[in-house]
Amino acid sequence: MARTLRIKDHWREQQLFNGRLLAAIVIVLGLTGVVVARLVQLQVGQYDYFSAQSSGNRIRVQPIPPIRGLILDRNGKVLAENTPSYQLEMTPEQVPDMADTLRRLVASSILQEGDLPELKEQIGSRRSFDTVVVAERLTDEELAAFAVQRPHFPGLEIRARLGRSYPFGTAAAHVLGYVGGISADDKKVLDPAEYAGTTHVGKISVERSFEADLHGTSGHEDVVVNVHGRKMQVLDRARSLPGRDVILTIDMNAQLAADTALQGRRGAAVAIDPRNGEVLAFASTPAFDPNAISAGLSRRAYIALQEDIDRPLFNRALRGQYPPGSTIKPMVALAALHYGVVTPERRVGCAGAYSLPGSRHRYRDWKPEGHGPVNLYAALEQSCDVYFYSVARELGIERMGGFLETFGLGNLTGLDIGGEQKGLVPSPAWKKKAFRRPADQVWFPGETVIAGIGQGYLLVTPLQLAHATATVAARGQRFQPTLLKGSRDPATGTIEYEAPRPLPPVPEQDPARWDAIIEGMHGVMHGPRGTARAVGLNAPFQMAGKSGTAQVFTVGQNEKYNAKDVEERRRDHALFVAFAPLEAPRIAVAVIIENGESGSKAAAPIARAVMEAYLQGTT
Amino acid sequence: MSTPSLGISLEPRSRVEQGVSARILRFLHLDGWLLAGIGGVLLLSLLALYSAEGQQLNELFDQVARMLVAFGALLFMAQISPVWLRRGSPAIYALGLVLLILVLVTGDIGKGAQRWLDIGIRFQPSEIMKLGVPMTMCWLLHERPLPPSFGMLLLAAIVIFVPAGMIGIQPDLGTAILIVLSGAVVIFLAGLGWRYIAGLAALAGAAMPALWLVMHDYQRKRVLTLLDPESDPLGAGYHIIQSKIAIGSGGIFGKGWLNGTQGQLEFLPERHTDFIFAVIGEEFGLLGALALLLLYLFIVGRGLYIAAAAPDTFSRLLAGSLSITFFFYVFVNTAMVMGMIPVVGVPLPLVSAGGTSMVTLMAGFGILMSIQTHRKLVAR
Repeated sequence: MARTLRIKDHWREQQLFNGRLLAAIVIVLGLTGVVVARLVQLQVGQYDYFSAQSSGNRIRVQPIPPIRGLILDRNGKVLAENTPSYQLEMTPEQVPDMADTLRRLVASSILQEGDLPELKEQIGSRRSFDTVVVAERLTDEELAAFAVQRPHFPGLEIRARLGRSYPFGTAAAHVLGYVGGISADDKKVLDPAEYAGTTHVGKISVERSFEADLHGTSGHEDVVVNVHGRKMQVLDRARSLPGRDVILTIDMNAQLAADTALQGRRGAAVAIDPRNGEVLAFASTPAFDPNAISAGLSRRAYIALQEDIDRPLFNRALRGQYPPGSTIKPMVALAALHYGVVTPERRVGCAGAYSLPGSRHRYRDWKPEGHGPVNLYAALEQSCDVYFYSVARELGIERMGGFLETFGLGNLTGLDIGGEQKGLVPSPAWKKKAFRRPADQVWFPGETVIAGIGQGYLLVTPLQLAHATATVAARGQRFQPTLLKGSRDPATGTIEYEAPRPLPPVPEQDPARWDAIIEGMHGVMHGPRGTARAVGLNAPFQMAGKSGTAQVFTVGQNEKYNAKDVEERRRDHALFVAFAPLEAPRIAVAVIIENGESGSKAAAPIARAVMEAYLQGTT
Repeated sequence: MSTPSLGISLEPRSRVEQGVSARILRFLHLDGWLLAGIGGVLLLSLLALYSAEGQQLNELFDQVARMLVAFGALLFMAQISPVWLRRGSPAIYALGLVLLILVLVTGDIGKGAQRWLDIGIRFQPSEIMKLGVPMTMCWLLHERPLPPSFGMLLLAAIVIFVPAGMIGIQPDLGTAILIVLSGAVVIFLAGLGWRYIAGLAALAGAAMPALWLVMHDYQRKRVLTLLDPESDPLGAGYHIIQSKIAIGSGGIFGKGWLNGTQGQLEFLPERHTDFIFAVIGEEFGLLGALALLLLYLFIVGRGLYIAAAAPDTFSRLLAGSLSITFFFYVFVNTAMVMGMIPVVGVPLPLVSAGGTSMVTLMAGFGILMSIQTHRKLVAR
């Protein structure tokens, strides 16, 4: 066995161990150096970066939505306001026994059995400290019933939310519009910072057009949240500023009178103050309930509204285009005077029909036996068609149409709620553009003739007609129609009023000529043979007016009507324009009743009702 | 050399006059310096835990109770002389091995990991091996001449890798690596030739791809996450990102005790266990973290001093390996929390909440104290 036995050498081993211990110390210090270097890198070198990350982790900015401004009428009546509605909210983590709580809520008929699956899903999908809405828009009875049992329902709470409400309901629906949830399209135009906490935005009409005033300024709350998003502490709070109150030019007395008189009809009534263009009434029927729409309609209910044959969502006053019929005659008469085609006294013989020279086609008067020889006054008072056929031919379509346009017809009036239609004042140039077949592009002399009594291609909106009538009342002075009287700072109560916006006047300066047509319109209401003398009887003020009846040529396409409806919908449209008081007009009105047959019978009483309501309330 | 503040002395035997506290320490076989260092770390631990556990006093009392149990283990081990420790080493190792086999056979299979053995109290046999492996290594080496021969190395490899392998397949890769490391430290201190060391290092490097193949998916994910934590900010990378934010945003002076937003608002996961170092870094800043590291270095330094002064091979090797392994625990945890190595689930020694690892660590310190205080009884 030649094996070298290694003997333990304690001294050498101690030396070896000490050497290794030294090496170990070097390693320990080296690794400690690495750790320290990393600490310095993170805590000194990258401190700013990580500090920002840490703040970003925990600080959230929560928007505080502003309170929407009120909408008032010219006398301070509230037309749109914010009213609390009560809802039952649940904080799931504070509910000791969820199944039992839900069972008891059903038992006390605050919840329906059918609501449970959806509610349970909501509770499951939210964080346990987020509130879940259990029931919305509680009635007073439900509120009282729950209040009594409240101690037995830990984790449940009644909360008030502000909803938009319209005290007058449908009466001013088309002028006020409504609010609704913010849609993807709304988001494209709204400032995301200002609307971060806002749930509803104005959708149409005043609510939409004055959104910038009504909305107010959003506030915010900087809060510290934990990893679950729970609010732990409020760092900073900036209050929201409520929106400005918008004061409309609408006079609710006139508006209600118009709406009441239009009930059961499809039609519109617009009243304007001739002295400044302020819109006093703006009614369109049938209307919708803005309270229901703002609270949120079911899809079915909304489709039902959209498909309603009477089109309650259609703003006839703004967008309805109708042939003006005889309501155009005072303006045509003024054009004839302006261009020297007639004098007030010149008589035209009316035998019940008119024919163009060299033509056998007879254009009928509404009175088959004729009016006999009539001057301008009588032609307006009795609405003689033959007189205006003749005058129109002598004027020619270019001069007549051009003069009508100086009243604002055929153009947007510029009312501050968007969406209005332009109507149409036809001309040979227009016809060339509008039709494709060359045979249709020719302007026929007969088309000039019927344009003289407001038929044919001529189209106006009720708003345009009211504006034109106000222009007549103001003897050519024109103001841009407006709905905005001013706006009020809700904190200080100071009101900023809007100034009237004058438009280029009608180019007719001679007061005698204006007197002539206004006298004719006065005769319509108060003359012995006036077409609306029945309506002018016993009026507390003198009025000037003009009736109109427009033929309906077509029934809307793609719409299925039953026979009775079709028959009703082929009847003539009834129109009436008027202003009062005669000496110093303060209100001008245009009324249109679809298929109302007779302007003087169906539309004129409405015009008088509106004027009376307004003039009795003011001086 | 005596420090007036503590009233204990480094070299008790050299002095005739001794304070009362020094005499008590000597009677209990305790080392004052080590005790002071441990006490400092435990104090910092309680501060950090009170903050990390949402200022719950009862949680804190639980931890204090665990500390007392662990101190009991320290006291117990300190009474056993190194001779008996040496003689008992193979028995401890054998017991650990049996328990590891039991875990593999009967352990909690439910959670996919089998680490616990339920014997009245739940208990991880791998903890025994944290002491059993280095003790047995020292026992193996103390009689033979050093540096160890190749045959010894093979034997040592078996002693190390059998339990490490069993722990690794539990799977508890972190503990397995630390046990391998504790054994390797013994061989290193025993004077293994540098050429062997270089060869082993090369072997370990070559084994990395193989290790990758046997890793579980979640372990691979941790490695990948380390390389690019932002790739999965809400998933696997979340721990590292949040812990780096916590430490980095602490700055030099920290956000103040109980004011660490990352910890208090619960953005930091595992903040009272594996990631407690991030809480310290956030609330006490660079200065606090450095203070903790200094305390650790002090403990390690005292341990290495005990090793250097130890009278025999077994004591020397054991004291050295326990001290250095303790440092590795510190390094692995802090490096992990700061995103320098993968998340391996190693607690910060003496600071993280939890009893098991603390009992083992304190038992280790008990052994160190025993070596220090039984010196004259041991024959060379």
